[in-house]
Amino acid sequence: MDTTCIMCPMGCALTITEENGVVTVTGNTCPRGAKYGVSEYTDPKRMVTTLVKVRGGGVLSVKTSAPIRKTLVPAALKAAAGVLLDHSVHAGDVVLADVAGSGEDLIATADLVYTEK
Amino acid sequence: MKHFDVVIIGGGPAGMAAAIGAREQGASVAILERDVRLGGILNQCIHNGFGLHYFGEELTGPEYAERFRKKVLSDSGIKVYLEAMVLSLTEDRVVTAVSPTEGLIELSAGSVVLAMGCRERSAGAIGLIGTRPAGIYTAGMAQRLSNVDGFLVGKEVVILGSGDIGLIMARRMTSEGAKVKLVMELMPFSSGLKRNIVQCLQDYDIPLRYSTTVTRVTGKERLTGVYVAPVDDKLQPILEKEEYISCDTLLLSVGLIPENDLIAGSAIEMSRITSGAVVDEYRQTSVPGIFSAGNVLHVHDLVDNVSEEAYVAGTAAAKYARGAIEDTPCMQVTTGTGVRYALPQRIHKGEGTVRLYFRVDKVYRGMTVTARSEGVLLKKKKTMVLAPGEMQYIEIDKSLVMGDVCVALEE
Amino acid sequence: MNVYDVIVIGGGVVGTAVLRSLSAYHSKVLLLEKSSDVACGSSRANSGIVHAGYDAETGTKKAYFNVKGAAMYPSLTAELDVPYKKVGSLVAARKDGLPALTVLRDRGIANGVDVRIIERDEILALEPNIADDIVYALYAPEAGIVSPYQLTIAQADHAVVNGAEVRLEEKVIAIDKTQGGFVVRTEKGEYSARYVVNAAGAGGAEVNALVGEEAYVETHAVGDYFILDRKESGVVRTVVFPLPDERGKGILVAPTADGNVILGPTSRKVPHEQAEENAVTAAGLQYVREGVARLMKNVNVRSAIRVYAGTRTAIGSDFIIEESEKVEGFYMILGICSPGLTSAPAIGECVAEEIATKLTLAKKDSMLPLPASFRFREATPKEIALKAQEDPAFGRIVCRCEKVTEGEIVRAVHSPVPARTVDAVKRRVRAGMGRCQGGFCQPRVMEILSRELGIPMTSVRKGDAGSEIAPYEVKDGYETL
Repeated sequence: MDTTCIMCPMGCALTITEENGVVTVTGNTCPRGAKYGVSEYTDPKRMVTTLVKVRGGGVLSVKTSAPIRKTLVPAALKAAAGVLLDHSVHAGDVVLADVAGSGEDLIATADLVYTEK
Repeated sequence: MKHFDVVIIGGGPAGMAAAIGAREQGASVAILERDVRLGGILNQCIHNGFGLHYFGEELTGPEYAERFRKKVLSDSGIKVYLEAMVLSLTEDRVVTAVSPTEGLIELSAGSVVLAMGCRERSAGAIGLIGTRPAGIYTAGMAQRLSNVDGFLVGKEVVILGSGDIGLIMARRMTSEGAKVKLVMELMPFSSGLKRNIVQCLQDYDIPLRYSTTVTRVTGKERLTGVYVAPVDDKLQPILEKEEYISCDTLLLSVGLIPENDLIAGSAIEMSRITSGAVVDEYRQTSVPGIFSAGNVLHVHDLVDNVSEEAYVAGTAAAKYARGAIEDTPCMQVTTGTGVRYALPQRIHKGEGTVRLYFRVDKVYRGMTVTARSEGVLLKKKKTMVLAPGEMQYIEIDKSLVMGDVCVALEE
Repeated sequence: MNVYDVIVIGGGVVGTAVLRSLSAYHSKVLLLEKSSDVACGSSRANSGIVHAGYDAETGTKKAYFNVKGAAMYPSLTAELDVPYKKVGSLVAARKDGLPALTVLRDRGIANGVDVRIIERDEILALEPNIADDIVYALYAPEAGIVSPYQLTIAQADHAVVNGAEVRLEEKVIAIDKTQGGFVVRTEKGEYSARYVVNAAGAGGAEVNALVGEEAYVETHAVGDYFILDRKESGVVRTVVFPLPDERGKGILVAPTADGNVILGPTSRKVPHEQAEENAVTAAGLQYVREGVARLMKNVNVRSAIRVYAGTRTAIGSDFIIEESEKVEGFYMILGICSPGLTSAPAIGECVAEEIATKLTLAKKDSMLPLPASFRFREATPKEIALKAQEDPAFGRIVCRCEKVTEGEIVRAVHSPVPARTVDAVKRRVRAGMGRCQGGFCQPRVMEILSRELGIPMTSVRKGDAGSEIAPYEVKDGYETL
């Protein structure tokens, strides 16, 4: 697998290979790059930040409580699209538990004062 | 006319941090914010990546703003005027503003902190060729429509400029079901963060072409497509290689401009490079008692640096208001090879350390950053890579400074 | 069916001038405009110059209406509260240009225009930034600058206040001659009238064809323009032209009535089907840059806030302003290229008078005035304080660059010819016309339009049908992931 290291502005072009269960990173200039390469190969994770809709109009910003598996991102976005909030929430409140089976929750990143329209 | 020790113009990240800095000095503070709430542009930046330096944790824009907002709103020593647009500022620090709830507001200030932020360069400013249909937006406008209002500007998107807002919007539009066909960058490098290139483009297989620009847009009512072409080393498009891409949306992420309209034509000395004021290490402008911080002073890439800078300005503004800033002689901070600008542009003689923030003019690898005074090396810092998109600093000991200081890159 | 005395086709500066002048008579008049607003064709994108009148050949309609129209501007714009300034104009010439200037001067005098040739010292006193090799100039102190779209809108508004009707987004698709008049059909309805005025600009030949009148051969010239930031406004004080050539009056440098600087236009011939496309070209902009550099120094083209193009439609060498000989009651005002803006008020007055005489319409004793306007950016602090107290919306700035309040925008949406699109709001109150070009205020303007018109945000348009700005709600398309 080829990717770009994001640990610093260098942006080293990393090549990651696996042989007999051993993951090797080449192209990095520092140990942080090697570590990043391994994690990107074995278990890449991403924070998901998106919006959920509010009944009657408007949106609320949300995020996953921690990074989730990269492969689950599309499912998490789809799950977020299925939410239609109809109550007030505070930043930090769970909007959708265990989003896309990731083990992480979708939580509000801002307060929402819901008023029925 | 009401009096405040410190009047802060703008209630975004810079204004709020300045207010907190000023309050810690015991000053009475007013913030004039033109939007309906404090937080500025952070309110529409729903992605994460804010606060790693300042709070040691990764926050989204609204969360980062909320930490400051809570502090500001719970402090009875800070009067917040919302929807308050400042109309004028005089040299003797009378601030006139207007708001729907207060009508005309006139404040006298012991000191003033300018914290108005920046605006995006528009299609008109870059002389976009072709028709004038709907479908062409600055990335920030599309971001606001999506993240605050809940509306999507289009479904087939091309983005000009690889600044961070453009990259972030590429992911944002994609995750709303739009197809981002291409991101292009006029320069041979991106001014955006590496992380955004990987996580906003590569993760979604969105191509990024360097040294490429839009040569023409088509469509009468709605954008129907754009012509793109590579550019030569003088940044002129090579029209023989022009190519058409159909799309309904063109987002522009082609630069940010400090919003200094309020002080245009004033006695405040301006920098032609940063488009912000020329300041000392307290972020005081050439007009005593008027300070400037955040994106109105120079465009930052990290809000953490904005908060830090504005805190310094707010603290100093409070001290100025009670007459506690000594007016010692200043030395100039100049720039040498590879350094586009350094800020502050002047520093006072005295004790303690000062950070000289700077940006380089292109990508450099394996260079040493130096700060010299009268040829004497004050500090050096070896770097692996320096990019224009990432603001850097070099910290010097003021007591060592003999004369003007020059920040430069050396082999 | 709705029956009118007169139907005017086309809501440009000419059509609205005719409509306004007709509304000074006891009459039932209607204007049909195919676009979502008036001032959407040539009246939107031109130089905004009130020409003194030395250009046109003596004895032509152009010369007659130019001089007559220019004289109407001071009182007309004051009455309609439209930005206008009599700044004077210079035709700048080099050493070898004196003979050509003399021809222009003599023509000006023959046309009854106040003109004189001045030399370098006097030129410098008027224009300190004039190019070094300009030594002569034709000075016409009566020339002026005006906001062409604001004038068009104000004429339409004033007509409506005085009883006229304006119907937008009604493209005329058929005109049937009936006994004693016409039936004019649009996609939305049928209207009958005793008189029809064709003031359809670039679409004029097509409208002519609907009644079997001559489908004149039109030539369409596109002009590219730069608008510079207000901060450059000091660079030029008068309207500065080069010597005219066969293509027209050349690249000018001038202040605009709203305080910016305008540079342009080019004159690129385009086929009819591209006449309303108004696409800017790179070559056109370059031509403007070069033209400006020959005329003036210190013009900072890099401070442009907008580039755009506009089309002038000409038929032959003079205006066509006449009643059809073939079709009684069909009045043609066609080929109104430059100096059309200057001439429009005089054309309107003249045509209205002629039609009124034929239809024996009686003139009203007086016209009702336009409602008083409030422009925040021109108001004193005292006026602002008072106005904001009366209505908080006038203390809420929406467009920061041009200092436009919500109150002004709401008023524009409910004005006699209502602003129904973001561009229509922009033309009326300048929200989005400043240096950020709507970057901050456009979403707010959209919200106000949505609220005031009772339409969803997704339906708010920039201009004509199909120009929705944010056509989707978020999450609409997640399933395509």
